[in-house]
Amino acid sequence: MALLDYLIGQRRKKSATVAKDRLQILLAHERSERNTPDYLPKMREEILAVIAKYVDIDQEKLQISVDEADGFEVLELNLVLPENS
Amino acid sequence: MSRVVVVTSGKGGVGKTTTSASFSTGLALKGYKVAVIDFDVGLRNLDLIMGCERRVVYDFVNVVQGEASLQQALIKDKRVPNLFILAASQTRDKDALTLEGVEKVIEDLKEAGFDYIICDSPAGIEKGAQLALYFADEALIVTNPEVSSVRDSDRILGILQAKSKRAEKGEAPIVEHLVLTRYNPNRVETGEMLSVEDVIDLLSVPLLGAIPESEDVLNASNAGAPVVLDENSAAAQAYADVVDRFLGEEVEHRFLTVEKKGLFKKLFGK
Repeated sequence: MALLDYLIGQRRKKSATVAKDRLQILLAHERSERNTPDYLPKMREEILAVIAKYVDIDQEKLQISVDEADGFEVLELNLVLPENS
Repeated sequence: MSRVVVVTSGKGGVGKTTTSASFSTGLALKGYKVAVIDFDVGLRNLDLIMGCERRVVYDFVNVVQGEASLQQALIKDKRVPNLFILAASQTRDKDALTLEGVEKVIEDLKEAGFDYIICDSPAGIEKGAQLALYFADEALIVTNPEVSSVRDSDRILGILQAKSKRAEKGEAPIVEHLVLTRYNPNRVETGEMLSVEDVIDLLSVPLLGAIPESEDVLNASNAGAPVVLDENSAAAQAYADVVDRFLGEEVEHRFLTVEKKGLFKKLFGK
């Protein structure tokens, strides 16, 4: 069975490679969050509350991000409205 | 010109105090006048690692609060000339340190002619850790080749880049150096441990040195002597290299690959 284990082992990813892949994704995510302003989560909630007064929306469907483009800070709001509204 | 160097990591238990002790001792061995400050108020350990725990009369908090002078609180190392230790307080709560108080101590140390002021940061990202890094000119990021340590190091890098004095005043950023500790080339070779290249890649911080995992580190702590003084140890040589590179010397990296044992060593070595 040692030979079989060896062949399976060849195909299975090494744990260090798994660690690096996981960290790459995680650090990219955490770094992007690090640069967002502190007020963003609260503002997101307040905007949601206003929209929810008029439309029945899914809380998870609102995306807010702050980006920088050509020296301008761009606040991007992305909301998917339900189909039957 | 004095330089303030913070030894930090975010995560606990990765080797900050071990690194602070050996790094400051190594700098003093080179002839520089060095002060090493323990910022871990309530959980002081630098005194124990450096073997001066029974000579602490006044501590960092006493100086900050004006209860003792800097000269009274600085403990002169018995092995290496020009090396002084400022112990953390063991009894006070961690709010005893203030930004102004810390600034005054660092300014006074600079005026007293210290070349290097090493700040041994507590673990975490709370006030103690933030005070330890606030006045830094350079930073040693102590990291283990392990997922949680790498993540926490990245977090502390973010704080260095945003919340230090240099960042707040818009000055040149803190110079960052990676010190990879507990490195095990055998496990890297078998694919079970992140390699130096992996960690450099993930954190984007230049490598100052990798310290091989070694039994000598625990032995040194047991004895209360910084491991850098144990000249036959690979960890000591790696720390000596770290000091040389920090001072601008070009030293080739060692201990990164598996040591191939010859037949003689296999039979008679340990």
